[in-house]
Amino acid sequence: MALGRAYSVALVGLNGYIVEVEADIGQTLPAFVLLGLPDASLNEARDRIRSAAQNSGIPLSRRKITANLIPASLPKRGSGFDLAIAMSVLRAAEDIRPTGRTVFIAELGLDGRLRPVRGILPAVMSAVQAGFQDIVVAQANAAEAELVPGARVRGYQTLARLVFDFGADPQELVLDFAPEDEPAGNEPVSVDASVPDMCDVSGQAEARRALEVAAAGAHHLLLTGPPGAGKTMLAERLPGLLPDLRDTEAMEVTAIHSLCQLPASGVQLVRRPPFENPHHTATAAAIIGGGSGLPRPGAASRAHRGILFLDEAPEYERRVLDALRQPLESGELVIHRSAGAAAYPARFQLVLAANPCPCGKASGKGIECTCTPFMRRRYMSRMSGPLLDRVDIQLQVDRVSLADFGQSGGAEDSATVGARVLAARARQLQRLQPWGMETNSQVPGRILRSELKLAAATTRILDHALERGVLTARGYDRVLRLAWTLADLGGREQPDGNDIGQALSLRQTASAAA
Amino acid sequence: MKAKDLLGRRGEELAAEYLESLGMLIVERNWRCPDGEIDIVALDGDSLVIAEVKTRRSLAYGHPFEAVGADKLARLHRLGSAWCRDHGLHLPLRRVDVIAVLDDGVRKPTVEHLKEVL
Repeated sequence: MALGRAYSVALVGLNGYIVEVEADIGQTLPAFVLLGLPDASLNEARDRIRSAAQNSGIPLSRRKITANLIPASLPKRGSGFDLAIAMSVLRAAEDIRPTGRTVFIAELGLDGRLRPVRGILPAVMSAVQAGFQDIVVAQANAAEAELVPGARVRGYQTLARLVFDFGADPQELVLDFAPEDEPAGNEPVSVDASVPDMCDVSGQAEARRALEVAAAGAHHLLLTGPPGAGKTMLAERLPGLLPDLRDTEAMEVTAIHSLCQLPASGVQLVRRPPFENPHHTATAAAIIGGGSGLPRPGAASRAHRGILFLDEAPEYERRVLDALRQPLESGELVIHRSAGAAAYPARFQLVLAANPCPCGKASGKGIECTCTPFMRRRYMSRMSGPLLDRVDIQLQVDRVSLADFGQSGGAEDSATVGARVLAARARQLQRLQPWGMETNSQVPGRILRSELKLAAATTRILDHALERGVLTARGYDRVLRLAWTLADLGGREQPDGNDIGQALSLRQTASAAA
Repeated sequence: MKAKDLLGRRGEELAAEYLESLGMLIVERNWRCPDGEIDIVALDGDSLVIAEVKTRRSLAYGHPFEAVGADKLARLHRLGSAWCRDHGLHLPLRRVDVIAVLDDGVRKPTVEHLKEVL
């Protein structure tokens, strides 16, 4: 009785589990049975594998083939198991030598070529963690798989080449078949890497400052203002101010992107913070993640370690906005669906933009505004208190004045501001390391009021405001956080009275929500 | 006789020789009833063997075994019962075997045998 064995990886969210594929060839009429909770696309593997093997010159046994994916209880989906199943079946027929602890992750084309699959990076990471270092993937996935330290990756173009290396009889093999390049439709759309620059923004000194503070302390940001004030323009320039991702962060971000799209030909680590800008009609599943079977990451996870920008925030369904409260708190999203639960990281910086009212004209004197006070209140209240509560900077952006508009040029560019942000981040890291934190936005009020307590003289205006009831206790903490970031930007050891005053002004609209 | 029928006959001939070489006793060949035909009825010890023979010239249209589906096997099983009734025999040990013959007319034909597929 012949038995073949090969390994692959099943992904549940970003966690991979080693899957052992056993194949048995029985002495009965031809059939191909696939066991171990395969989904529809995996069940189609049977016909793909038969054709691929046939066209590679190493046809499968004409007996009853039973392939079993272990552990059977783990739901498996997708086409990435094709290669492991094929190898185990070929081994069962003793067409190739044992594959040992090699992990195979690739889809098979009918012509016998190896096709790339999604999620290679997290899959290889899990395999290496589980002690499986030898990885065989499709050539198009090799660059991505090689990003994982410790992995010995081999990329192949065709099944024939692979089985040749595993000792198949070369006489029958179709080795000279070189698949043409992937069809043009599969080519990744080249994303323009250049992020818009701050020097395009004329005037708006206050908003520029707020953006810099948001970048430096990783503070969530709300921009309100009339249409045309430049809210979107400002928000789009925030990623350009953020420092590059560090190695571990870059791996996390690349892993999520690997799940969401087929690999670009030259995959490399995502080094820049991602920027996600969903449309306001997006559903909760689109933002949080979801889909049938095993849930897939949504915009919030794709914005991990980067920026989630919600333009026209009050136009979003309230349910969608409130669903963001959990990741804002924990930096992670756990989504449950029929086939199981998946956890995706979602530690993003939230940027909200909103019009002041449905007609958008209720800024300044607001003479042109046609909305009733009730409409205005209802509009802003669509962003719930608990959500806004987590947004440190809440800034009113007004239309740019004619004087500023004419003065084009002379504005600082992103590189200059980015350098200050980088220095401020370094200072925060140094101060906050004892508590395992990195940015001021993470510091809880308890620490702000004990270990990092400021002199009473400095916080006098704040204490005063608290006493008068203008500021809530929570609002008090947020002003302190912002003041620390302002001090870091200015290169001061501690916030002074000036920083506190500026911090207060960055929360103009906050008093209503706080 | 058409070429395909000649091929089939030759295959059945080879299959019968093969079964005899295994020590089986050929009881009847090409037994027909309104429901269909049994290629070979044989005795292997005390069990009755209903054998279906499939002959092909090449693998271009798939392996002979692949041409034997579930409905065909079910019919062979029914035909086995019919044969026993017809001959007034009661043989509780009954099985269906499938024999594939590959004969391209040039090389020596190959015979493959699957026992007790039903």
